[in-house]
Amino acid sequence: MHEFRRQKMLLVGALALAGGLVSLQAAAADAAGPADNISGKLLLTGGVSQIEGSAGGGLTPWAVIGSYGTQGQFGANAFYTRVNVQDYHLDDAGAIVGIDNRVEFSVAQQRFDTEDVGAALGLGRGFTFRQNVIGVKVRLIGDAVLDQDSWVPQVAAGAQYKSNNQGTILHAIGAKSDHGTDYYISATKLVLSQSLLLNATLRLTKANQIGILGFGGDKHNSYQAEFEGSAAYLLSRNLAIGAEYRQKPNNLGIAKEEDWYDAFVAWAPTKHVSLTVAYANLGNVVIKDNQHGLYASVQVGF
Amino acid sequence: MYKTPPCILLFAVGLLAGATASAQTTMQPAGSGASGDAYPAAPRDPALKPVFEQFGGKPGLVALMNDFMDNLMADPVTRPFFQNADREHIKAELVDQFCVILDGPCTYTGKDMASVHRGMDVNRADFNALVEDLQKAMSKHDIPFRAQNKLLAKLAPMHRQIITKP
Repeated sequence: MHEFRRQKMLLVGALALAGGLVSLQAAAADAAGPADNISGKLLLTGGVSQIEGSAGGGLTPWAVIGSYGTQGQFGANAFYTRVNVQDYHLDDAGAIVGIDNRVEFSVAQQRFDTEDVGAALGLGRGFTFRQNVIGVKVRLIGDAVLDQDSWVPQVAAGAQYKSNNQGTILHAIGAKSDHGTDYYISATKLVLSQSLLLNATLRLTKANQIGILGFGGDKHNSYQAEFEGSAAYLLSRNLAIGAEYRQKPNNLGIAKEEDWYDAFVAWAPTKHVSLTVAYANLGNVVIKDNQHGLYASVQVGF
Repeated sequence: MYKTPPCILLFAVGLLAGATASAQTTMQPAGSGASGDAYPAAPRDPALKPVFEQFGGKPGLVALMNDFMDNLMADPVTRPFFQNADREHIKAELVDQFCVILDGPCTYTGKDMASVHRGMDVNRADFNALVEDLQKAMSKHDIPFRAQNKLLAKLAPMHRQIITKP
């Protein structure tokens, strides 16, 4: 019952956020006079919301600045993501503000439900790790979309501060901290002549399972550089398919961690809504091997 | 230990910025950046000849430009730039420009992009709105999406001459 209420609160929160964003958009339009001073980016060029809330693909951040606000504009969006694998599920909600196509600020909350594994580990059935993430990203150079006569990508640097609510359990499994900050640099290029979007991200992190299992561990407790890559093929103005890879550290002796993969379809019928559906392979998660399943995400905003 | 990573990151940023700077100097020998000569107004590319056929040749481009201009006039973002202009002339110049880019049997006799757009205060959102209006027109004419993108890839770099307002 308690857990159900939490889920409901999360959903209500996400909906309230979405409602707020829609009125924010109306306010922005009013302030600017005609409604044409918002959402000046091309469809899907703000990316979608990745699992930690930054603009990107599903698993990895991209160098694009989130929202449809282009230079001289701002934009915002909210997202809700659900990942279902055999033995766990993740609920993930958050919001992002993009300013002047230069800076983005993001917040996200992840709730990782251990289902029956929680009972097996003596934590209780449905034991849930909750993690809050605050992100910032700055576009440094380049224009992923318009500079089609050059191979120079759009490059951005970002940070994601993460804080997990289960410090005691995390220490018990060997994690060294319940909070940490990831630093990353992303390069994104749209190769329009081939209808391809390519992204590479280098992340410095101590996070175990993106922080759900804490930061640092008995095997390693220092920052490690991890590679993340995405490739998307544009089928039409509002439809893209692609795949992603996210390399991960392996810091905990008792819980082997593996790299993540996904294959996705992203659809943006308008600039105010996008849907992303993916098949994700998360490998071993704590005591359960070969975790794979559905990833679904909805984003609303402008 | 904690202090090292940001330093590494800054170092990486520095490396990238350096690499980018050198890449830009080598890739744009004209070097003038903001000037109108940095990118030709109609860069002919023989590899795009098949795309010219996908656009329906010159008659296809003429028909496309009618719808494109209709879209520009219907769009509140782009209308102010075209409502007092000689739209028939602009359409004719665009037909020639696209025709040359796609290696069609045409000659572009119009001005360079910087001269025509000087003082118009085009910003990024205006530019993107025009791209969308063109995309809608191309889709209406059933031009394959990949062919659309091959043309757009040649037009996009002109943002450096056209967008004059930050």
